[in-house]
Amino acid sequence: MAHDPIRDETSTIRFMSKPVISCRDLRKTYVGKPPIEALRGIDLTVEEGECFGVLGPNGAGKTTAIEILEGLLPATSGDVQILGKRWHEEADQIRQRIGISLQETQLSEKLTVRETVTLFRSFYREGMTPDEAIACVSLEKKADVWVKKLSGGQKQRLAIATALVGEPQVLFLDEPTTGLDPQSRRDLWQLIMDSRSQGRSVLLTTHYMDEAERLCDRIAIIDGGKVRAQGSPEELIAGLGGEHVIRFTLESQSNDALPDHFWRSLEGVREASFKAGDYQLTVAQPHRVIPHLLHSLDSAGQRASSLTTRQASLEDVFVKVAGRTLEEAEGEAT
Amino acid sequence: MSDRFAKLKYSALRQMTIARLREFSREPAAIFWVYVFPILMMIALGVAFRNRPLEQLTVVVESGDRAEPTLQWLDADERFRVSIATAEDAHERLRTGKADLIVTPEESGSNDYRYTFDPTRPGSLLARNATDDALQRAAGREDLLVVADREVSEPGARYIDFLVPGLIGMGIMGGGLWGVGFAIVDMRIRKLLKRFLATPMNRSHFLVAVMISRLIYTIPEIVLLLICARFIFGVINQGSYLTVTVLILLGTIEFSGIGLLVASRAKTLETISGLLNLVMLPMWMASGIFFSYDRFPEYFQPLIRILPLTPLIDALRQTMLEGQTIADLGSQLVVMAVWAILTFFIGLRFFRWN
Ligand SMILES: Nc1ncnc2c1ncn2[C@@H]1O[C@H](COP(=O)(O)OP(=O)(O)OP(=O)(O)O)[C@@H](O)[C@H]1O
Ligand SMILES: [Mg+2]
Repeated sequence: MAHDPIRDETSTIRFMSKPVISCRDLRKTYVGKPPIEALRGIDLTVEEGECFGVLGPNGAGKTTAIEILEGLLPATSGDVQILGKRWHEEADQIRQRIGISLQETQLSEKLTVRETVTLFRSFYREGMTPDEAIACVSLEKKADVWVKKLSGGQKQRLAIATALVGEPQVLFLDEPTTGLDPQSRRDLWQLIMDSRSQGRSVLLTTHYMDEAERLCDRIAIIDGGKVRAQGSPEELIAGLGGEHVIRFTLESQSNDALPDHFWRSLEGVREASFKAGDYQLTVAQPHRVIPHLLHSLDSAGQRASSLTTRQASLEDVFVKVAGRTLEEAEGEAT
Repeated sequence: MSDRFAKLKYSALRQMTIARLREFSREPAAIFWVYVFPILMMIALGVAFRNRPLEQLTVVVESGDRAEPTLQWLDADERFRVSIATAEDAHERLRTGKADLIVTPEESGSNDYRYTFDPTRPGSLLARNATDDALQRAAGREDLLVVADREVSEPGARYIDFLVPGLIGMGIMGGGLWGVGFAIVDMRIRKLLKRFLATPMNRSHFLVAVMISRLIYTIPEIVLLLICARFIFGVINQGSYLTVTVLILLGTIEFSGIGLLVASRAKTLETISGLLNLVMLPMWMASGIFFSYDRFPEYFQPLIRILPLTPLIDALRQTMLEGQTIADLGSQLVVMAVWAILTFFIGLRFFRWN
């Protein structure tokens, strides 16, 4: 789980450097009637050079958390350090060295791509030329086109160009791919991976599991304002106790067909769940478990009507730590 | 690229100003409201209130024995439009403003007349005196003094001359308030202010750039208005153009400051529109854009004089109509400067970036 001491140890050993972002016991309550506890004590550490993903459903508190880290929103309590500095002490130094893309910014529609990037360049003491930044996000062909005429994905790339133009050490991206088509998402992933390979640290939020899994060295799953799990995607999946999921349904379709002692007799099952006639088992070695399972079902007088296996994913991690699927969680928020 | 060049090229103040100017110049509707609308307004008002050569006076003679000769006496004078009507009809016309004066010949046997008119209407009073004059002469009165009339309608004393400084003031007010206030709230709604806040941009540079860009496009607006006023109506500036320029600059800074203050917290376009209209309303009414504010009661005068727009328009009129210099405009300049400084710093203090 999240605070497994051994795992925390390994990440420190892996990076052996000062964290670029760290926060302790971050809390945020929006005043109002009723007050909303958006963050209820969050600890995060982003190491130099890594891409760190904050994963969670709508309303989990991702934007709140990232905006506090960006110095745009005051925390109710808690300590934040960016590049070893604190916002209330050295805000300007931090701003010179970070780049940000907000979840929803509408850049001026009647400026061209180059004019927009040049404007942002002028805010920084040092940085690349606007054309270099435009090349970083492959918008060279659109350099003289008005922002109004860009597609959603191109706008998002421009937003990242404005974040990159000051050559930041740390990049903050709030849901950079939400609402984009699959091709644009893949382009953006490539762009983020390029930034990371140039030595920038990246903190991004997302509610796409596949994105977090593909892109991020480490992930924090947050839900209801708390970090529910933290680690690399592989660690988190391994933390389930098995990398495979067996899923089956019964011909009888009955809800309580399988008594407790049925499960106890099954070896190699780390986790079992049941919902609407669907059984899910998390296992390390499906080829060992499946013969056992079929045998035991037989003895219990039941027959499987379907049985599939698949690799465990972050989705399963989310279900384990949040008690529901990400899809269900998104449904609640709306 | 040399260091100095890089510094100039990437000066935030410069880039920010250029960006605002570009955005403005690419907005056809804004161009219309800023450059074309004030000129159209000037032309419309200038034509509507141009000095008419001859004012016609509408006189009704009440029917009776002596109505016909009276009508003929008056008809001889081309200022009068005379007709005969029954008492009832005549009063109806006076009441509805279709007649300026009723002339009632007294009972037969007498040569006297009775005049009925509304003394609060300038036209009525004028008609009464002119009619009386004409009837007295017709009855044989001799003038004792020889008088000569000289009619004056020289540039500098006409309504259009009075109007142009008022329109310049109005343009500066509208431009400063809408140009700054609306632009800021729009950027706030688009989260662009928040995005800027996330950079090391100097915040007061940003606000100063918004003002500078406003100044840059106000100057051509006024120049254009002055040129049109000159060529269409022959309006000339009796004072120095330097003084006019100083007033335009100070006025723009003043109203940009007010725009900034009004926009410092507003979160929606509805709020900012409402607030700006609320702020402008007293000045539209009382600062003397279209008519002199002398007509307001005495106890309002001090209040009217410290409204932000009044000193601007007064100073423009004193310069353009009376040829006064900066030295004569001290009190107006002080009032404007106080507004400018106060609102800018309070606005900056209260400003909400997200
Ligand atoms: N300005 C605000 N005032 C009051 N409540 C807020 C405010 N901003 C966010 N919240 C609430 O705080 C909670 C967390 O919101 P937040 O925007 O951080 O979520 P998120 O994880 O970014 O969601 P999404 O995926 O939809 O962007 C939500 O319940 C939201 O309603
Ligand atoms: Mg969000």
